[in-house]
Amino acid sequence: MKILIHGGRVVDPASGHDGLADIAIAAERIVTIAPPGTLRDFDPERRIDATGLVVAPGLVDLAARLREPGQEHEGMLESELAAAAAGGVTSLVCPPDTDPVLDEPGLVEMLKFRARKISRCRLFPLGALTRGLRGEALTEMAELTESGCIGFAQADVPVRDTQVLYRALQYASTLGLTVWLRPHDAFLGSGVAAQGAMATRLGLSGVPVMAETVALHTLFELVRVTGARVHLCRLSSAAGVALVRAAKAEGLPVTADVSINSLHLTDVDIGYFNADMRLTPPLRQGADRAALRAGLADGTIDALVSDHNPVADDMKALPFGEAEPGATGLELLLGLALRWGQDAGLTLPQTLARVTLNPAQVLGGALQSLAASAGRIVEGGVADLCLFDPDAAWAVEPAALASQGKHTPFAFAATGMALTGRVHATLVAGTLAYQAPAATPPAA
Amino acid sequence: MLARRNPQLNSHGELIHLLSIEGLPKAVLTQILDTAGTFLAVNDRDVKKVPLLRGKSVFNLFFENSTRTRTTFEIAAKRLSADVINLDIARSSTAKGESLLDTIANLSAMHADMFVVRHAESGAPYLIAQHVAPHVHVVNAGDGRHAHPTQALLDMYTIRHFKRDFTQLTVAIVGDIVHSRVARSDIHALATLGVPEIRAVGPKTLVPGDLAAMGVRVCNDMAEGLKDADVVIMLRLQNERMNGALLPSAGEYFKRYGLTAEKLALARPDAIVMHPGPINRGVEIESAVADGTHSVILPQVTFGIAVRMAVMSTIAGNSAR
Repeated sequence: MKILIHGGRVVDPASGHDGLADIAIAAERIVTIAPPGTLRDFDPERRIDATGLVVAPGLVDLAARLREPGQEHEGMLESELAAAAAGGVTSLVCPPDTDPVLDEPGLVEMLKFRARKISRCRLFPLGALTRGLRGEALTEMAELTESGCIGFAQADVPVRDTQVLYRALQYASTLGLTVWLRPHDAFLGSGVAAQGAMATRLGLSGVPVMAETVALHTLFELVRVTGARVHLCRLSSAAGVALVRAAKAEGLPVTADVSINSLHLTDVDIGYFNADMRLTPPLRQGADRAALRAGLADGTIDALVSDHNPVADDMKALPFGEAEPGATGLELLLGLALRWGQDAGLTLPQTLARVTLNPAQVLGGALQSLAASAGRIVEGGVADLCLFDPDAAWAVEPAALASQGKHTPFAFAATGMALTGRVHATLVAGTLAYQAPAATPPAA
Repeated sequence: MLARRNPQLNSHGELIHLLSIEGLPKAVLTQILDTAGTFLAVNDRDVKKVPLLRGKSVFNLFFENSTRTRTTFEIAAKRLSADVINLDIARSSTAKGESLLDTIANLSAMHADMFVVRHAESGAPYLIAQHVAPHVHVVNAGDGRHAHPTQALLDMYTIRHFKRDFTQLTVAIVGDIVHSRVARSDIHALATLGVPEIRAVGPKTLVPGDLAAMGVRVCNDMAEGLKDADVVIMLRLQNERMNGALLPSAGEYFKRYGLTAEKLALARPDAIVMHPGPINRGVEIESAVADGTHSVILPQVTFGIAVRMAVMSTIAGNSAR
């Protein structure tokens, strides 16, 4: 379908473009980007009036659990991809800790096939680094890559045996594959809240910062030896950010991300054992949050991720330590990115880079033909776009979310915090994947 | 949605549940201690009953074993003329198959008026308090490592009984502070009542430095911890902590941190020795001290019943709004 998006403020972090322009789309791709009103020869089947809206690259989310296969009662592919589209997310990376674990090509192919049929969002699965995530035997990484895996991960199950981790990095590096790991020591990190005054007062078992730093030290040494490319998932501590900054300065091939939760919340938000604040990694202290925010601003941390994880009500209506970690996030990613950007005094292109261009660069060559245009607005590139009202303030009402996961720490009733930036439309490969219901008045 | 105000107080600042000592004003604590004083007399009478909870049903809901605490709650409730139902669930809610909240919903349908809850998970009584009907009251009888507020109140009663004034005292709490709900609740109560020096005494594995965030002086040396103390609270060392990565053996622990007459001599001559029970003789305390003249371990038990009567009658008399 030929589509003309006219009158919008086109923001492309890659080129630095930030100004009014019209965009012509045909055959899934952006044909022309031109000054407003100049595309008179283009004859669209559909016109989208973007007056007052920002036209940005579709968001690239490096961490979203869809809970399929295996946990369909918690979140089904259909609802979660709808949530992605409603959040302006056009590409997402999902971890392999499904049931069964994504450790066989057939499972990956099935998941990719199902996602393509729904065609709301591009899906990039991570394959399991070890069979069954058991941390013992390597998976068939080459085969899994052919079937569509863009990297290899352990989700939240650390490899306990350093020898296995070493071999896995060695093997991945042979094939030029990226290994995605959350730096987390299995033994030090068995608690349910960040170690500190809050966990001490509440009597919750604590996860010390060294659970992250010990793992980072080990990983960096293994990266030095093997040369493997590693993406560090969801940093949580100031000390962790400092280590990553030093590793990058040293020239190690590492990238990193942080979740919207760790970027905006601290352990104090646990309040009176609020299970919606039971998250992995656990929320840490104010100084950690400040360092994560600074790290995301200065490029030490490459990308901001939703860490979307739909959790059923039953699994949250439990004592804090027994409650399942996780929160819904796909629909909040844009708003929480913009809020952080405002606080940090960044321009809109700079802010958007953390959820578009930079995560696309983390994926790099794994995107294959998309590598040149994902996370960008470029003539000839794929038309993955997010149209949003940058000034619309809105209140997060969990019941109104498209995701089956209704648990979020950012519910307005709990935090009183309003988000800015409301998605009006999302296009994936030149097709409307989401359009906001007409005339939604912005909630105050 | 979760209440942002302290869930154990109503809008008038009155106690409707007892979940934790933390955040309770001094006036609430002293009022309970004063009320307990009036109930002590009841316990000495021939007819040991008052009709304050007549017709009310108190459910003792113990997800974790405890004969002693459950018994003292049962006696306290019966002396207030309540009907008492004991439920020893003693397994975690998830392992049993029925969820914690389903259990509560079922018991609520049996017209419970009060739940006395012990649970292995910190915060479980908060979850229950948030989901019960407005007329139902919840008493935390110990949750995970978090709180054991009635134990702290009976400890405060004991200290006040023997020492009168909190504001000049040095109190040493000795043992496994990091895993102890008794220690946490005692620390909050002592601080609220104005104790100027609260010491947490034990090896770094059981008394890590970050406990200082709770307003205590961390003493990893027993002699430093006991020096000139007015009150020594010994904590029970759980069996599972004795032979592992926290401590090498009960014997080595006793040598360094067990309370002997010799070590007690470092404290003030009129110091009192307390213990929440049940005691491990020869592990955290030697028999000569446990049974000696400084020991107030048995009065603690007696006061415990009066304090629990005071807690139950206080919260039952306050409405949720």
